[in-house]
Amino acid sequence: MKHARVAYAGAIHAATESEDGVRLADGRVVSEEAVVWLPPVQPGTVFAVGLNYADHAKELAFKAPPEVPLAFIKGPNALAGHRAHTRRPADAKFMHYECELAVVIGKPARRVSKARAYEYVAGYTVANDYAIRDYLENYYRPNLRVKNRDGCTLLGPWFVDAADVPTPMSLGLQTTVNGRVTQKGNTRDMIFDIAFLIEYLSATMTLAPGDIILTGTPEGAVNVMPGDEVITEVEGIGRLTNYLIGDDAFAQRAAGALHG
Amino acid sequence: MIDVLMRTRGLKQPLLAQIDPLNGFVHANGRQLSAAQLSCDVPTTGTVYGVLFNFPATLAALGGAVNEAPYLAPPRAPVLYIKPVNTWIGAGMPIPLPPDVPAVRVGVTLGVVIGRTATRVSAARAFDHVAGYTVVNDISVPHDNYYRPPLRDSCRDGFCPIGPWIVPSSAVADPAKLTLRAYVNGELRQENTTGRLVRSIPRLLADITEFMTLDEGDVLMIGVPENPPLARVGDRVAVAVEGVGRLENPIVAEAELLGESR
Repeated sequence: MKHARVAYAGAIHAATESEDGVRLADGRVVSEEAVVWLPPVQPGTVFAVGLNYADHAKELAFKAPPEVPLAFIKGPNALAGHRAHTRRPADAKFMHYECELAVVIGKPARRVSKARAYEYVAGYTVANDYAIRDYLENYYRPNLRVKNRDGCTLLGPWFVDAADVPTPMSLGLQTTVNGRVTQKGNTRDMIFDIAFLIEYLSATMTLAPGDIILTGTPEGAVNVMPGDEVITEVEGIGRLTNYLIGDDAFAQRAAGALHG
Repeated sequence: MIDVLMRTRGLKQPLLAQIDPLNGFVHANGRQLSAAQLSCDVPTTGTVYGVLFNFPATLAALGGAVNEAPYLAPPRAPVLYIKPVNTWIGAGMPIPLPPDVPAVRVGVTLGVVIGRTATRVSAARAFDHVAGYTVVNDISVPHDNYYRPPLRDSCRDGFCPIGPWIVPSSAVADPAKLTLRAYVNGELRQENTTGRLVRSIPRLLADITEFMTLDEGDVLMIGVPENPPLARVGDRVAVAVEGVGRLENPIVAEAELLGESR
């Protein structure tokens, strides 16, 4: 089953996929455009894994793939849902999307072996984890200014039960920018697969239900601009739409901050 | 007497208590208790962020290495990290030491507790967004390479004692004049002051909220001073911030804490 969290008519609702749009838990069926899409799970700790596809690592000029996962943590400020607006600062020269399969943990996980890792997976969603490379610095890289910006990590539209995803390690990934395909890959090309990542993270930290692991992105990261529509899609999981907006949309608030 | 906000174990709702900074007594629900008699839970609720290199000597220790690989240049923006929820424990709770970690750094720091959503705030208005202060022990596995995010060094279970309470900002006359102290087994091992920061609290809030919103309940740790003491299994560590509180925790072998046989 595919689940969502949406805001509609002044309240937050659990919802499921329906042929005619979105079915709220109370039975109402409404269109995709009539609701505000929130991240489909209330996230706990959000982990992200960098350089987890050899082709992307090469694209970013890393000579050899990493020997251990490059894992880092995000704050809740970064998260937004399907059809969200994401800010692209005017001074940035290179801001790129990252289409990723996101794994949602289903039960407390501590020192879980690879062999049993999938028992701890509740399900999956799609992520688009933007990076602004202009702000990269080599301390705790990728630093939060690159990877933990407000509204730059999108999740959704659906949370898909693990039982409905029999082959999470062979799902196609694709990104389109304004309808043109710019990124293509497959989860089978991860350097560290889902089971390994769960074993690795749970070796030193206790994971909890609702924790999310963004598993990395393949090659094909290109610069995007205000006005672009970016759709990141994972086969069988969902198509996550995002709209980039420019600094001008925030001008009023910036002035308020200065003078308020 | 100072009004503080705290949480006690077994009660879901927060508790308003009064502390007497002179003798350390806590008055709660009509009773007078010592801090040790209280069963304190983590008083804060939001995301906990840390700042690396916010004491000048911590960056100076890298010396010329900041211009060499892998760093290639000194840091420009604040170097931030997150202490996730699995690291949080209350005052008095044991800090579990995993079998692969012989000793940890004790990380005394002041936690700035956000009271009002802070997005792109100016330094001049930054304190409007501060609810109060708490004490944090930012425990880490000793490491001297800062190239990659510190998950394995900084984010182990129980590596972030927080508490015992939140002192409102109105009760802290000048947060840039607070003495920080770290103790191991009762012995003072480190002393520094919040007056020696690379970025002051308002400067940090302005530089961070330029790209990242801090929400009500979030905690910003202002940095760990240079030369943090090391502690091992069997030690009792305490960190104290003048006028805010003292946070004491024992260090226990993880296997012992979890009742595991190895």
